[in-house]
Amino acid sequence: DVAFVIDGWALEIALKYYRKAFTELAILSRTAICCRVTPSQKAQLLSIVNAKHMKAPCGAKLIRVGVLEILVELLKSCDYRTLAIGDGGNDVRMIQQADIGVGISGREGLQAARAADYSIGKFRFLKRLILVHGRYSYNRTAFLSQYSFYKSLLICFIQIFFSFVSGVSGTSLFNSVSLMAYNVFYTSIPVLVSVLDKDLSEKTVMQHPQILYYCQAGRLLNPTTFAGWFGRALFHAIVVFVITIHSYAFEKSELEEVSMVALSGCVWLQVFVVTLETNSFTKLQHLAIWGNLVVFYMINWIVSALPRSGMYTIMFRLCRQPSYWNTMFLIVAAGMGPVLALKYFRYTYRSSKINILQQAERLGGPILSLGNIEPQTRALDNDLAPLSISQSKNGRNSVFEPLLSDSPNAVRRSFGPGATFDFFQSQPKSSTYSRNKDN
Amino acid sequence: MKLSLKLEDQQQNQNPILFKAKIPIAVFGLPFLSAFSATHHHAAAASDKLSLSLRTHFPTGPSLKLSYNTPTTTANSGAGKMDTSPKPKSKSKKPKYSRFTQQELPAWKPILTPGWVIASFVAVAILFIPAGLLCLSASERVVEIVDRYDDECLPDSYSNKGDSFIQSKDTNKTCVRTMKVPRKMTAPVFIYYQLDNFYQNHRRYVKSRSDKQLRDRSYADETRDCKPEDNLDGDENEPIIPCGLVAWSLFNDTYKLSKGNKVLDINKKDIAWKSDTEIKFGSDVYPKNFQKGELIGGGELDETKPLSEQEDLIVWMRTAALPNFRKLYGKIYSDLEANETITIVIQNNYNTYEFGGEKRVVLSTMSWLGGKNDFFGIAFLTIGGICLFMAINFILLYVCKPRPLGDPSYLSWNRNPNGL
Repeated sequence: DVAFVIDGWALEIALKYYRKAFTELAILSRTAICCRVTPSQKAQLLSIVNAKHMKAPCGAKLIRVGVLEILVELLKSCDYRTLAIGDGGNDVRMIQQADIGVGISGREGLQAARAADYSIGKFRFLKRLILVHGRYSYNRTAFLSQYSFYKSLLICFIQIFFSFVSGVSGTSLFNSVSLMAYNVFYTSIPVLVSVLDKDLSEKTVMQHPQILYYCQAGRLLNPTTFAGWFGRALFHAIVVFVITIHSYAFEKSELEEVSMVALSGCVWLQVFVVTLETNSFTKLQHLAIWGNLVVFYMINWIVSALPRSGMYTIMFRLCRQPSYWNTMFLIVAAGMGPVLALKYFRYTYRSSKINILQQAERLGGPILSLGNIEPQTRALDNDLAPLSISQSKNGRNSVFEPLLSDSPNAVRRSFGPGATFDFFQSQPKSSTYSRNKDN
Repeated sequence: MKLSLKLEDQQQNQNPILFKAKIPIAVFGLPFLSAFSATHHHAAAASDKLSLSLRTHFPTGPSLKLSYNTPTTTANSGAGKMDTSPKPKSKSKKPKYSRFTQQELPAWKPILTPGWVIASFVAVAILFIPAGLLCLSASERVVEIVDRYDDECLPDSYSNKGDSFIQSKDTNKTCVRTMKVPRKMTAPVFIYYQLDNFYQNHRRYVKSRSDKQLRDRSYADETRDCKPEDNLDGDENEPIIPCGLVAWSLFNDTYKLSKGNKVLDINKKDIAWKSDTEIKFGSDVYPKNFQKGELIGGGELDETKPLSEQEDLIVWMRTAALPNFRKLYGKIYSDLEANETITIVIQNNYNTYEFGGEKRVVLSTMSWLGGKNDFFGIAFLTIGGICLFMAINFILLYVCKPRPLGDPSYLSWNRNPNGL
């Protein structure tokens, strides 16, 4: 656990003479605090750094942004994920340079906020941004992307299997209307509402910020999880295909009917897969998931009522046959049974940390934790003194204008020559997970 | 009688009174008490007030009060706006609160507890095992006689030359077969012909038809997809109706059944889907130029009957999804007793020898599930059994190796608080 504090002069010397060693130090340390650099020091940096972004010779204005931008670029070149936060116009370039730029819209205007990927109102909101919203966003994105692959793979695999029984001639089991409607109507609505999904409540996350480790560095979206979804698509395709062609064999074997049975099986499986993967069900989610099933049948009834369509009366015939519903039950049970069993087994006997917290939270009771870094009342103390990349107008170290006038830390000027900034790092592809910045 | 004067310096929330005075006065010789007060708000959202009141000395009694309110301008007009409403507010940039945008919608958050999971597996097992037994029993009750005849109906002189047997016009295609009824078959008994290794689901085959032409007389020339069976000898003005390979390959074996001496009537009406006979195949479309080319693919059609009455064609044109399929030939509306011998006279017209296909004739009764299909019963029983097995496993695991849910001591940072 290494942290270093460096001020402007030292930073300049380090970058000039000891760049490699300094880079290594930066990589090894958890926290870095770089103090304010005054313009006079920066004037000399121009000669050192002949980076591409330092074009104009008329120096001072550009040099002002140079130092931190250089640092960001340094870290990025070492495959770090960098986050830069700033509030003023001179932070814009640093914010744009970093992987994640956060701008604070505040007293120094909206320039940084406009250039940033995320803009917040106060520095202390950064914690919520990363811990709460960033985490939720990562979960939801991971689910959405893998689910989209899954539902398309399901259809593709079924078509491939069908080609084995159709003389490998390229007959499509599903007609074009069904395929188009599958992607647009039958499977897109449930995931649109996955934007409301929360695996852990905010309170739990705030109490256990260490959980962020388990949501970073590709924990939820990596080749292994993708292989899991791929395998699930393959397994479900096998289930749907085998059950359909054996249930609808011999005298029931008719291309349109078999096609509709297979498609119904797919849609039913989707519904249950989404249900199993959703962590919190609001009314909207219930409506989207079950309503989606209703919409599927209604659309097909409507198409089945058109005499000119190839699907005329297909759905009506099917819904009257007991073997259709038997097939649906079989497909759902055979498809979801192993998935549910596996998920339950891993949830109970090989729980991930998220699962443990989920269980603790839902079963009620306070979650006591030894390593509790952040009891709620002290939350504000962790906000550091307001950051400022630029120097104040008069450039004196002792006095500076806090960025946020109503920051509770405004009085803590004793923290020394004011400008501080933190940057977040995550380690690329190594076995230990990223260092979570809490303090 | 007293005069009192009160000056307040402290700002209080409710009514910051600047100054209040009570003065006894006499009106028409009667003693009254008058009060005069002024309030002033420094903060926003209040008004200044001057009031004058007149009341009696009695503890309770009427009083008269005159007051004058003025709206004030705030001392630090940070919003920079002066409004004349009684309670001015500063402009707030806070977005309007709604439970949806703040993601605070009430949610049901289920977790996988052992109770629920084991219960659902047991429920599935309880539902599926009886259902499987039911389906098996339904399939058992169906009586089915299957007889493969394409190899038997080929004379020995033509063995291995089945295609030339069919294509030659001189050979006798009649074939007599006998079948024994194993159990009583109650009417209606369905007669199917089963083809194996016939790929009605091949892409070029499936495409080779024209639904428009089948439906409507005026679309007789719509033969675009039907190549090579689109028109007669390449003459554009002589389209084949119905065009396409599907119709061209019409199955044309015929069966005549008899029981002892009695001929069994085969009802060939209503064997096709009603929607097909009513809509898909027009009642004013007549076959034309059909099977007149060099290559004969199957049966011929009666040119005097409209397509909507050609039920064999309609049944054949419902393309099958798999290479082994059965299509309805006809129905018998009389019972067949057990151990009876049924004689079938088959006209072995259809050429499956060319591609190694197989032909069978099937007599079958129907149940609520359809024909004889053990798959449902077996599948239900298998899945029910597996679910029961899983439920028992989970119960054993739960009993032998209990693991309390949500135990924070399993969190790695609690086990090892110093390192992470």
